[in-house]
Amino acid sequence: METNVTKTNIPAISEVEKPPLLLSQLVFLRFKRHKMAVAGVFILILMICYAIGGTFFKTEAFSLVTDTSIRLNAPSSVHLFGTDAVGRDILARTIYGGQISLLIGLIAMILEVIVGVLIGAIAGYYGGILDSILMRFTEAMLNIPQIPLLLVLGKMLSDKISPISLFGRQFSGSVIVIIAVIGLTSWMGLARIVRANFLSLREQEFVTAARCTGTKNRSIIFEHILPNTMAPIIVSATLAVANAIISEAYVSFLGVGVMPPTATWGNMLNGAYNYIESAPWLWIFPGSLIVLTVLSINFIGDGLRDALDPRALTQAE
Amino acid sequence: MVRYIIRRLLQAIPLLFIISIMIFILLQSSGDPLATMGGRRTTRPEDRARLSRIMGLDQPIYLQYVYWLIGNDWVQIDVDNDGTPDTYGQRKGVLRGDFGNSLVNRGKTALELINERLPNTLVLMIPAEIIILFFSLVVGIYSALRQYSLTDQLITTGSFIGFSMPIFFVALASMYIFAVNFRKWGLPYLPTVGMFDPKVGKTFGQVATHMILPIFSMSLVSISGYSRFVRSQMLEVISQDYIRTAYAKGLSERMVLIGHALKNAAIPFVTLVGIDIPFLLGGAVITETIFGWPGMGRLFIDHLTRYDTPVVMGILMLISLAVVICQLLTDIVYGWLDPRIRYN
Repeated sequence: METNVTKTNIPAISEVEKPPLLLSQLVFLRFKRHKMAVAGVFILILMICYAIGGTFFKTEAFSLVTDTSIRLNAPSSVHLFGTDAVGRDILARTIYGGQISLLIGLIAMILEVIVGVLIGAIAGYYGGILDSILMRFTEAMLNIPQIPLLLVLGKMLSDKISPISLFGRQFSGSVIVIIAVIGLTSWMGLARIVRANFLSLREQEFVTAARCTGTKNRSIIFEHILPNTMAPIIVSATLAVANAIISEAYVSFLGVGVMPPTATWGNMLNGAYNYIESAPWLWIFPGSLIVLTVLSINFIGDGLRDALDPRALTQAE
Repeated sequence: MVRYIIRRLLQAIPLLFIISIMIFILLQSSGDPLATMGGRRTTRPEDRARLSRIMGLDQPIYLQYVYWLIGNDWVQIDVDNDGTPDTYGQRKGVLRGDFGNSLVNRGKTALELINERLPNTLVLMIPAEIIILFFSLVVGIYSALRQYSLTDQLITTGSFIGFSMPIFFVALASMYIFAVNFRKWGLPYLPTVGMFDPKVGKTFGQVATHMILPIFSMSLVSISGYSRFVRSQMLEVISQDYIRTAYAKGLSERMVLIGHALKNAAIPFVTLVGIDIPFLLGGAVITETIFGWPGMGRLFIDHLTRYDTPVVMGILMLISLAVVICQLLTDIVYGWLDPRIRYN
């Protein structure tokens, strides 16, 4: 009798249910199913390899050499992507410009997320007068069209900061200005999302419980509520990188963004439309790199949105 | 309804004030208006001092803002700095319709410059917006009704790629294909730059053919974005019970789709469009620059790069005003589309 009981009580290892998947594993599984998002990850990795790996083949000094005797040369074996209006090698410039464009996208995103989350969290958590002041400010910012505002700020500030050195490279000071300007003019959407989530989450029991145990407000905001709103923040942050890259390209394209000689994919296009007939390689290469990068980031964002969707997560296997 | 509109307009006033203060402070710290006025020549120091007193540049920034807002014709100015006031100010202020004089185009007010360019922008933007709205609704509804079919998948993938495209890339590519290469291949090609061929003059046909490429570039990107939105809204609506009821009571497919589904799906779409439309006034900087269209966008970037503050300020305020008006219109359309919303 006794032996029988013990036998039935101890199931074989194979019968043990697998431990439930962690949230991150679940998200990863769902993300993998989104084929375009996976393709996006690959393209983006390729782009990063291009911008970083390229430094082993072309030096930065080479990307800055001007030689007007070879201006507007068509792509050839010497200059694979051709040369621009002052005879600089476009291939080398797309490599070093890519570093800056990706860097701008990344840091502007971080800035945007910090500002957007802080404003949204404070407005949503504390409510009251603080909320209405912050939201009126957000509305005012939303009412100023972003591109003209970027142009105004870019034009005003881009020549005010002296060049800086970082990672052994000399940057035009305008890079910092553009990062700050893009980051500080694009946080409004995120702030509204975060605020809306905070408004509903602060009424939940776990927040009341945290308050009852005497948890500080700061800790409730960042350790209790914020982790519960991570999904929309992650998606917005991903898409923000693409938007920042495009914004930089817009501003630099019009000649008020990152100042030459520092190359970005955007300012390489500045004036390219003047040579639309004679030198299409001026815009085809940097333009395609922007399109590929933005497209791949948008696909990743789309995949993350599907993978992180709470409605989909609960019914996932 | 009238009371609601009045209340909304009253609420818009402080918002416009905040915006104008923000833009004013931003623009005051940029450039040197006196250097802009001097052009290539350097202004003599005594002239600088006199001019800055006339223009009120020696005043603290809050007073400069007050002058900009309500004018300075009630202030006596001591032009030659001898201690006795000589003359009253000339400016009337924005509230009385005076945005100041252009620093670059001498003798013209900022408002005159804007008025010259505004019709050109509208000529480009109104047809563009009609095309954008029409096609995004058609494409969005079509692909929602045929969800997961081959056409739907092609449309969703295509529109995803389209809305990730920066507008300058579409503009340059379309210019390269339809103007440069079509000419090379001996096909009928489209003109690229300007509003009309100066040899022919400003005829209807000329302007229309010059509009094709800019409108194509703008609408490709916008239609892609909007149609995705319309599709997802339609999908949400057609799975609702009241759509089944509408079919069940024997309404025709068209009546159900347009009268019931679209009307409800359009509510968030109206918000989206209402936010975007005013930005077309100044947001088409890129398109207008590439295609050499003499509109507001070009005016903005041209005068911004030359630090012509009154013109830039005027354009920005005009856009902000358009934003406020469009939001009000959006709300009114909202009430018409959704009878559940009542403005009391």
